[in-house]
Amino acid sequence: MSADPEISVKNLNLWFGNFQALKNISIDIPKNAVTALIGPSGCGKSTFIKTLDRMNDLVDNVKFTGEVTYKGRNILDSDTDVVELRKEIGMVFQKPNPFPKSIFDNVAYGPRVHGVRKKTNLNEVVERSLKAAALWDEVKDRLSESALRLSGGQQQRLCIARLLAVEPEVLLMDEPASALDPIATAKIEDLIYDLKKDYTIIIVTHNMQQAARVSSRTAFFLLGECIEYASTIDLFERPEDKRTEDYVTGKFG
Amino acid sequence: MATTPDKTLQRPKAREASERLIQIILLLCAISSIFAIFLIIIFVFSQGVPFLIEAGPSFLTGSVWLPADSFAAGVWGIFPIIVGSLLVTVGAIAIGAPLGIACAVFLAEIAPPAIRRVLIPSVSALAGVPSVVYGFFALLVIVPWIRGQFGGFGTSVLACWIILSIMILPTIISISTDSVRAVPKEYKEGSLAMGATRWQTIRSVLIPAASSGIVASVILGMGRAIGETMAVLLVAGNSVTIPVSVVAPVSTLTATIALEMNYATGAHQQALFAIGVVLFAFILVLTGLANVASRRRVTA
Amino acid sequence: MPAKRRELLPMALLWGAGIATILILVIILAYILAHGLPLISWHFLTTNPGVRGQQGTGIYSTIVATLAVTGVALLIAAPLSVGGAIYLNEYTRETLLRKVIRQAAEVLAGIPSIIIGLFGFIFFVIYLLPYTGGWSVISGGLTLAFMVLPISLRVSEEALKAVPAELREGSLGLGATKWQSITTVVLPTALPGIVTGLILGAGRAIGETAAILLTAGGALGLIHSLRDPCCPMTLYIYNILTEYNDTTTAYGTAAVLIIAILAITFITDWQMNRYTRKLKGL
Repeated sequence: MSADPEISVKNLNLWFGNFQALKNISIDIPKNAVTALIGPSGCGKSTFIKTLDRMNDLVDNVKFTGEVTYKGRNILDSDTDVVELRKEIGMVFQKPNPFPKSIFDNVAYGPRVHGVRKKTNLNEVVERSLKAAALWDEVKDRLSESALRLSGGQQQRLCIARLLAVEPEVLLMDEPASALDPIATAKIEDLIYDLKKDYTIIIVTHNMQQAARVSSRTAFFLLGECIEYASTIDLFERPEDKRTEDYVTGKFG
Repeated sequence: MATTPDKTLQRPKAREASERLIQIILLLCAISSIFAIFLIIIFVFSQGVPFLIEAGPSFLTGSVWLPADSFAAGVWGIFPIIVGSLLVTVGAIAIGAPLGIACAVFLAEIAPPAIRRVLIPSVSALAGVPSVVYGFFALLVIVPWIRGQFGGFGTSVLACWIILSIMILPTIISISTDSVRAVPKEYKEGSLAMGATRWQTIRSVLIPAASSGIVASVILGMGRAIGETMAVLLVAGNSVTIPVSVVAPVSTLTATIALEMNYATGAHQQALFAIGVVLFAFILVLTGLANVASRRRVTA
Repeated sequence: MPAKRRELLPMALLWGAGIATILILVIILAYILAHGLPLISWHFLTTNPGVRGQQGTGIYSTIVATLAVTGVALLIAAPLSVGGAIYLNEYTRETLLRKVIRQAAEVLAGIPSIIIGLFGFIFFVIYLLPYTGGWSVISGGLTLAFMVLPISLRVSEEALKAVPAELREGSLGLGATKWQSITTVVLPTALPGIVTGLILGAGRAIGETAAILLTAGGALGLIHSLRDPCCPMTLYIYNILTEYNDTTTAYGTAAVLIIAILAITFITDWQMNRYTRKLKGL
């Protein structure tokens, strides 16, 4: 259903000091679908998604203008509660970053931080999240082991489970599989495909085949601008802009 | 979580206020070092500086030290004491610096892992030995030995040199080792690749490249030596005269303060604070020098 | 080969320097422990010193005094140094303020203990007499805090710096506040390093004499309150050596101190190694 978009971006500009990293981006992100962002290195894809959960605030000297509308408010406003925002719009990073705690404590971290204390509730949330992240079967017998003992792919799924435990609406994924081997990557892609029915997902990827496999809409970024944004099939098979065509056919990258 | 009202994304005042409060408390903790230095300077200087002003330059140049309760009744000259402090420091460096730097080079470049596993904790242990224990050891071992070899009481400049050089070893070793280790590998490899031997590489490439750190470590060692109290107190002899030989007794700024503070009153007590101010000045100069030295790094 | 032969002397000297350093430590430790260990007995550790430095008694009250002043010093220095390290590392960038604070800590660390003792005397013993009781545990402990602070500040800051940025990002990304991230992720991860810093600071306090000389009072009786004067072990060694020439008890006390310091050295070295390896394995 082409209902209201989950997130509506209008005229987003962003500067790091004097360098303009995002130029006049306007995109609508649909609900419960996977939107992919592709483009060569340094084109602004990561910067873009980090704007959506205000993680760019952590960088010095950052300025932005424009609107990012989510749930009826412009989240770029200075009186937005970014802490609450990040609960609803969560991020998975390129390199898995589990905390040096047990598997259980990693997944329970989010709920605990938001006030869930009862052991029974935590157990339930942890199990549910690990199942949703397709990791439960592999770790259910060793929840008290250190998360650092897991393989790279498992750690990334753990990070996803950790995120799901806070019950977000939107998942931002910044090249989630680029640090993983092909088998782990395939598992992550399957997971993303499954998750989209309950969550809105935006994924940044270098891997065009991956974008083609998992997403329903794709945006092509180049040098801070969004060159083209269309349904994935259209973008790959019938690109309108020459630069898009050059990129997807591998003429540069 | 379907239709949460917009209000949840509004910045909550209460949480903001408590986060702000925490930040202020932490800031206060952070400034405590600055605050501490100010406190020390204010209180020590408030006692010592008026005395310095009243006593004038003859405080620093006079050779007779006969303290008394009232200013008029005493003779206030600490020149021999200043000489004493400088003398023991210079000697300690003369012995301790070469030994320390050599040990640092050994540790950084040559020591096999087994020796390193012993040497590194040894340096830490040497750093941890309390100064009074060093003084105790020196009093019972070094002083009698000097007495036996050279006559006299044994409490002397030489005793201070020996024990102080040992006490500054950890400072010099740890900082110099870090400096040598920090020299980019390419320098060493470049030299060896040209056919230079290990020693030649160490002498002509590594030590010069690490020189700013090594110099800084020596200056810091000087600061430690001039500021040392207990060990010196036990083995220096504490006679306020310029020593005539290395086996003559000597008096240092630190030991004089420690020795006389327990019974000093009135002007005498203030004079001791004045000595503290003089010592403080020396330390500031040395710390400043150490900073300048370590900033002049050899760039790649 | 002439070049190799010319190498021999310098290399021998360098080896000699390394071995000499180890030997110096061994000689000093062996000497003190050889004379002092035999004295250490349960009686020695749990009996109070007699009047006028009588031989054959114990050092109980001095052990209590050492623990007391060290405890007071840590009580003040720990929150200030850990809090300060958190502020410096988590709330600021490389600004002027940070450099000034770091410089101040270095200067503070370099101030000779006798000067800090002079300060402690005029400030805690004299000026704050009504609160501290003059020469006392609390005067000595607060003075020592000035010496513990720079050490634990530096080590705590390094421990916090070693926590990877990704952990903070991960925590913030889950909707934790900055302070929550610090208390639930950063601090627990950095804790071994921070504790090591506090132990090192404690070691400094345990071994300090000059500042104690001017602020603690030197009374041998067992303390009953923090405002009582006291005589920590280091001061005791000095007093019995110089006043009574009682080398025997001095050896015993020195041996106890040496053992404590050695234990601290080993624990902190070992812990620091474990900590840095654990974080690198991340």
